[in-house]
Amino acid sequence: MSALATFQASFLAALHDDDSAFAPAKQAAFAVYRNTVMRACLDALEANFPSVVCLVGREWFRAAAAIHVPLSPPRDVRLGNYGEAFADFLAAFEPAADLPYLADVARLDRLWTESLHAADAPILSVDALAALSPHDLAAVRPRIHPATRWLASSLPARSIWEASRAGVPVEESLAWLPEGTLIVRDEHHVRVLPIVPGDIAMLEAIAGGASLAEAAETCALAHPGAPIDLIVSGLLRSGAFTPS
Amino acid sequence: MQHTLAAGLGFKPQHFDDALACASPGWWLEVHPENYMADGGPRVAMLDALADRHPISLHGVSLSLAAAAPPDMNHLRRLRRLIDRVNPILLSEHLAWSAWSGQYVPDLLPFPRTHEALARVVDNVSRSQDVLGHTISLENPSHYLVLDGHDWSETDFLAELVRRTGCGLLLDVNNVHVSAHNLGTSAHAYLDAFPLHAVTEIHVAGHVMDDAHAGALLIDSHDAPVADAVWELYGHVLALGGPRPTLIERDGNVPSFDALRQECSRANAMLDMQALTA
Repeated sequence: MSALATFQASFLAALHDDDSAFAPAKQAAFAVYRNTVMRACLDALEANFPSVVCLVGREWFRAAAAIHVPLSPPRDVRLGNYGEAFADFLAAFEPAADLPYLADVARLDRLWTESLHAADAPILSVDALAALSPHDLAAVRPRIHPATRWLASSLPARSIWEASRAGVPVEESLAWLPEGTLIVRDEHHVRVLPIVPGDIAMLEAIAGGASLAEAAETCALAHPGAPIDLIVSGLLRSGAFTPS
Repeated sequence: MQHTLAAGLGFKPQHFDDALACASPGWWLEVHPENYMADGGPRVAMLDALADRHPISLHGVSLSLAAAAPPDMNHLRRLRRLIDRVNPILLSEHLAWSAWSGQYVPDLLPFPRTHEALARVVDNVSRSQDVLGHTISLENPSHYLVLDGHDWSETDFLAELVRRTGCGLLLDVNNVHVSAHNLGTSAHAYLDAFPLHAVTEIHVAGHVMDDAHAGALLIDSHDAPVADAVWELYGHVLALGGPRPTLIERDGNVPSFDALRQECSRANAMLDMQALTA
């Protein structure tokens, strides 16, 4: 290894090792780098997971995040993308065991950000399909819009996420049931919508390249009795698809 | 399009309406490209709107030109796309490293200015300029550590870098002040030795006294108004090298747009004075 490479490897190791033998790390000023790096990582996670921060409080959040940072340091220089492993970390984080919904709330925060920064693309509208014959309509192969995301949670994660984003307490009447969530972007505005398991089956089929007719069949097999036409029109109206 | 750039401002999204509407002569804006490397959405649209109206400077913080490895091609390609999109009037990076072995360290880290390091930075700057199709200006960093093993003074290192790569320099006057204080050296001597002919842009910013651990350190925090000592050094630089596009850098405790514009006005007055007496 070159002298410069050796210096950099030692410097990096010393950032997360208070007992490092690396000579520059023995200067008091080395703490400036340790602090700056950790603060930048914590600030990024705090900015990227605002709903989690709201639920657990800033102090708890930064203490948990400070454990996560050395385990999963940033790899992408775009810190707005940092935290790809944070939801899984929270799911396994013992002190968060009393908050089983926290990981899915973190996932919704992340999907929301992904949607916000996804590529611009036209939305496949109901109007564009209205003029088609039933035969042609069945053959249409929509694509998932670049800004469309969804999540199936075994918990009411969306309701908790929405309350957190609005800065209000969760309603006491909250039903402790699974919730599906669709995240779409209308121009520059991200919208978060409730969906049912039939919607998710339809979205997954379309994501796999199915036509509307094929996706409807897949959906009907998985969810007998599901209102397929309402599911299709609902997803179209939400702006989940882009033309093929 | 030829612009005469005067004092500009580091752009903050909360100032979008004011920054867009600002009609001050020589007005320009600087952004960190990393914050706008999205595929689409409102942030990219915001930068497009600014670039339609005002000169934009892209000031990178993560190219890691002083790492003992070539720059990340994916990052360079994303930066190239952004350059093609906003046609920046200035493009700058830092004489520092911030990535190693696939890990990104969100800071601007120091290194011994050896002959090996110079060869590496020369190669990295040249490769980057080739991919980007644009001259890069390198910024002098803030220093906190006393490192052993330098073969070059920083000013000679930068001058040699300019000579070998054709790059420009971004002179951060606040960093000069902070580093001189922290290392116990002379800011004026540093500036007197600085290759001012290559300077395309000047930064001024605020700093704070570190009270957490080492006490005697100044931290390049960008979260306070520009200090009088830095304004004094800025005047010295203008007297030595003549007027240059000057950026007010503010990243924390961000005040109102008007408060930052007042700092721009102070820089503009000094630039105007220099232009008159030159």
